[in-house]
Amino acid sequence: MDALEAVRLRPVSPRLGRRRFADRVFRAAVFGAVIVVLMPLAAILGTIVVRGAPALNWDFLTSLPKPVGETGGGVGHAILGTLILALGGLLMAVPVGVPAGVFLASDRMPRLAGAIRMCADVLAGVPSIVVGMFAYTLLVLPFKQFSALAGAFALSVIMLPTIARTTEEVVRLVPSTLTEAALALGAPRWRVMLKVVLPSAGKGVAAGIIAAFSRGAGETAPLMFTAFGSQFLSFSPLQPIAALPLVLFNYAVSPYDDWHAQAWAAALVLAALVLAGNVIARFATARRSS
Amino acid sequence: MSLASILVPVPGRSDAPRQVVTPPPAMTKDAPRTAKMVIESLTAYYGSHAVLRNVSLPVVERTVTAVIGPSGCGKSTMVRCLNRMHEIIPGTSVSGRVLLDGLDVYGRHLDPIELRRRVGMVFQKPNPFPTMSVRDNVLAGWSLTGTKPPNADDVVENALRRAALWDEVKDRLKAPGGSLSGGQAQRLCIARALAVQPDVLLMDEPCSALDPIATARIEELIHELASTVTIVIVTHNMQQAARVSEFTAFLYMGDLVEFGDTAGIFTRPSDPRTEDYITGRFG
Amino acid sequence: MPSRPKSSRVDTAFHATLVLAGLGVATVLAGVAWEVLSLSGEALSKGGIGFLTGTTWDPVTEEFGALPALYGTLLTSAVALVIAVPLGIGSAVFLSEIATSRVATVVGVLVDLLAAIPSVIYGLWGLFVLAPLLREHVQPAVQAVFGDFPLFAGTPLGVGYGTAGLLLAIMVIPVITSVSREVLRAVPETQREAATALGATRFEVIRGTVLPYARRGLVGAVVLGLGRALGETMAVTMVIGNRYDISASLFAPGYTLAAVIANEFSEAFSPHYLSALAGLAVVLLGTTLILNAGARLLVRGVATGGARKNGDRHRFSRKSVSVPISVPSSDPGKEAPDGRP
Repeated sequence: MDALEAVRLRPVSPRLGRRRFADRVFRAAVFGAVIVVLMPLAAILGTIVVRGAPALNWDFLTSLPKPVGETGGGVGHAILGTLILALGGLLMAVPVGVPAGVFLASDRMPRLAGAIRMCADVLAGVPSIVVGMFAYTLLVLPFKQFSALAGAFALSVIMLPTIARTTEEVVRLVPSTLTEAALALGAPRWRVMLKVVLPSAGKGVAAGIIAAFSRGAGETAPLMFTAFGSQFLSFSPLQPIAALPLVLFNYAVSPYDDWHAQAWAAALVLAALVLAGNVIARFATARRSS
Repeated sequence: MSLASILVPVPGRSDAPRQVVTPPPAMTKDAPRTAKMVIESLTAYYGSHAVLRNVSLPVVERTVTAVIGPSGCGKSTMVRCLNRMHEIIPGTSVSGRVLLDGLDVYGRHLDPIELRRRVGMVFQKPNPFPTMSVRDNVLAGWSLTGTKPPNADDVVENALRRAALWDEVKDRLKAPGGSLSGGQAQRLCIARALAVQPDVLLMDEPCSALDPIATARIEELIHELASTVTIVIVTHNMQQAARVSEFTAFLYMGDLVEFGDTAGIFTRPSDPRTEDYITGRFG
Repeated sequence: MPSRPKSSRVDTAFHATLVLAGLGVATVLAGVAWEVLSLSGEALSKGGIGFLTGTTWDPVTEEFGALPALYGTLLTSAVALVIAVPLGIGSAVFLSEIATSRVATVVGVLVDLLAAIPSVIYGLWGLFVLAPLLREHVQPAVQAVFGDFPLFAGTPLGVGYGTAGLLLAIMVIPVITSVSREVLRAVPETQREAATALGATRFEVIRGTVLPYARRGLVGAVVLGLGRALGETMAVTMVIGNRYDISASLFAPGYTLAAVIANEFSEAFSPHYLSALAGLAVVLLGTTLILNAGARLLVRGVATGGARKNGDRHRFSRKSVSVPISVPSSDPGKEAPDGRP
């Protein structure tokens, strides 16, 4: 740079070097934050696979547990139990959650909708152990019997706000021009909702339901004193039933190495189940919006 | 006056910093004018799509240059290249040169951060910082960059006076920046840009979000400011260009169709496309 | 009165069904509050304020005080926030302000995966990987540096307040990151442009305009994360150490409200014991509800305070975090300036 250019470049910001340095430090810091945040993800998924895979085989997925001291045995009953509980939860949550979500999106009675929206959000924030206690007092205490029904009900309470709010969100995304076009043709509102709005929001609603399913399948705390767990295959709604997260927890806090190994394998199965649900839900929404 | 009388500074020659590129014609009524900025073969891309192609024109010191053209013609992109705001959008690139006082703003000697202090900008929508007071908004160019003006009160008053806003807000300098009306907010943004003493002020359709009265106010202000600052204003309103500017550039589909003094462009356009545009046949 | 057409009556019935379902959601919430409150009635009325301040938990003599568990809940959550807030908001800033959109998408998916992992798996990992690592390497090293500093006193056990707090931080970070990212996304591009055009570096733009603009929403994100930390049960139960005590040391074992309930509820056969556990649930519920309500108010303040984005308000709920479905929103900043109609 010659003298003339130096004159023309009157120094309007003398601390430029320091400022650029601070900028670089800042970018490095937030990039570092992301790396630190992603490390546990890698560590957890890596450990589950490394420790869980050796114990994982067809027998583990299908057979019942063996008594302590005997090697082998599996978690077939718990996988089935988790599927039953989560499906049962959906059976109770969907008939309330989806119409509730449609109501929230309808913009009729906005004050009531606002109050209910708030309730749904607060319900989503209720600790899951408290939900378990609620299901216990409602369905276990009066019958003096832990049951699959109580477990499924507890899961449905956890799924309900998720389903309602996701439904609201995707129904809102349906273009109002579509609704208006149908209404202008003389179709009544309910028909428009059932024949036009819900079909075009259908994939999104389904995605919300799948996401609620996978979240319910991963819950442990609400099942501890409702479904309670079982060593056997059970299909009765009025009997205790096994669930994968419960087995995982009980095996993990047990003193037996063999059970620890099985806990890792159970974790691998549970993570695969839950993450698969999430991935499916994500793809469903991605395709819908593209 | 015509283009021919514009002096273009040439960089790197300390013995002859400013050189007359063409002899001043007889019709010049003022002394020769110098070009504050010179755009040379400027091409701007979004990805591989060139939204601006091979544009060259001077920006005359202490005048108002209007950039007109139909939507999507590249006029916003052009002014955003002058303070390197174009490149903050991912996937964009630029070729050609833009000289400020003879120095290439894309050259290695001028930092974009430094450049933007000297080439201020006012946007389409008033964008005062809502979390700052009126006063802090005016000083934002200083406080954001971690510097302090020697006398902040004077800087605030001076900038607000130049933006013709002082009388309206002097009693509520502590009010939040978002509390002003649209026209006032836009003048606050002008004051904010002026407070760091820029040489050039770029205005990207500054009145498009304002009502006619506020628009008239801003136009008047642009007129007054032109005696101290070089102004480039983008507008799709031809009447506005005719009212406020001394020079006009007409862009069409990324090409500079015509550049010249405003009166000439509007009375004797040399290109049929310009004529079509100003007579309202398209755009 | 003229008879209304049939379609209109069906319409009314349809709408009534929807309203009923909505009221169902509210009923469930009321039911949770009512059942837990009534179950805890005995312990709360008998113990009074002493239930909250008592430090003994003895099912045999039926003396119940919640303070050590409440202390554990608050301390572990505080530790979690101290770690999670800078990392979570920092990540959100990176994703929304620095990263290219492709990187941001990929990392966003990974962060959502982190949020989707069931908490019992976090607990398993915490118990068998994190706790031994802390016990054998980290805690002795910290003690070697800080000596007898009370915050790090005691035998390194691996389990305890600090481990639980760290594990909670890992679980809470995705919540804070996702919500913060939404909040930052709602900051208008014009704000960034204004600051950039004044000659600010990216850091100065973010510090001076983006973060102040988003600050209430960011506080909301942190409080939502706190809500999750307070209520988290399984992971904490597995690494907290299960000792009903109050200790200043992060290395000491302790207990939390949710962990006590999880461990003891199915063994509580006397009505009074059951009632006391429900009392813990009431304390827990009260704390989370207050914080959630506060978070909602804060976030709504942002939505009305300028960051208006249609229908965006409800996306800040906890739900939209635990359910990683992101609805792609168009980013006005990525449009060509001349591309507007």
